[in-house]
Amino acid sequence: MPQPQLESTETQLIRRVCGGEPEAFEELVRPYERMVYLTAISILRNQADAEEVAQDAVLKAFSKLSSFRGECKFSTWLVQITYNEARMRLRKDRRNLYESLDEQQEPEGEYRPRDFADWRQIPSELLEENETLQALQNAIDSLSPAYREIVILRDLQNLSTKDVGIILGLSEGAIKTRLHRARLQLRDALAPGIDGSWGKGQSYQKVRPWS
Amino acid sequence: MAAIEISCVEVWREISDYLGGEISSELRNRMKAHFEVCKHCTAVLDGMRNVVGLVGDGRLFQTPEGFNKRLYKKIEERR
Repeated sequence: MPQPQLESTETQLIRRVCGGEPEAFEELVRPYERMVYLTAISILRNQADAEEVAQDAVLKAFSKLSSFRGECKFSTWLVQITYNEARMRLRKDRRNLYESLDEQQEPEGEYRPRDFADWRQIPSELLEENETLQALQNAIDSLSPAYREIVILRDLQNLSTKDVGIILGLSEGAIKTRLHRARLQLRDALAPGIDGSWGKGQSYQKVRPWS
Repeated sequence: MAAIEISCVEVWREISDYLGGEISSELRNRMKAHFEVCKHCTAVLDGMRNVVGLVGDGRLFQTPEGFNKRLYKKIEERR
């Protein structure tokens, strides 16, 4: 949803920073600090690395602010910088070579559940338990990077399909397809855990017995 | 007029857009009719709705303690 009032305040803040009031930058960034961190951790999966990249991204946004042309929202631009910084960090980090974002392939064919016995509704009373959240976090952690970043940008941060398309450089159709598959995988990962197999540190693959 | 039937496979393909209200009313009606008679697909729909609600509830992936203080200190150093 467009927020004209917020955007005009932002425009003023941006003008102030560029016009020699750097202290206004904090106010500009404050609403998005969590967004920046979440974007970084969705790619790096490590608190310390995510914090460092989030700081680098915000500082980069500060030094490049005069080049921001307002073609997208400031938040989209900031998240895009963070995303690119995080990807660069991942490439530099040899430990993560096996999970290079550039080598990801879209899964082929139609999604199909393999075991209908595991297709069940998550009971509402379980949704409030911390164990459910932990299981969900484990399930998100174990998604492939392309799916994890989509879930975190769209469902956790509530960014629009259009904005996520700008950030990731993908078409809206591709975003929708990935989000759809990611949600189905999360549902699949959680549903079998209802019988009590959550909370023992199982990865998505282990929780999902047919994979 | 009765809605034209839709297969489970088609429902799975569209279920995410159905949740987001991003499909035509014609397709929405066909899917609604399908959910009324197919408990598997209804379970998937409910489960996916739960997942989307849980992911968006904000308790996941908290920023580390002191994150914002350290961030603003860095910015201040740079100014």
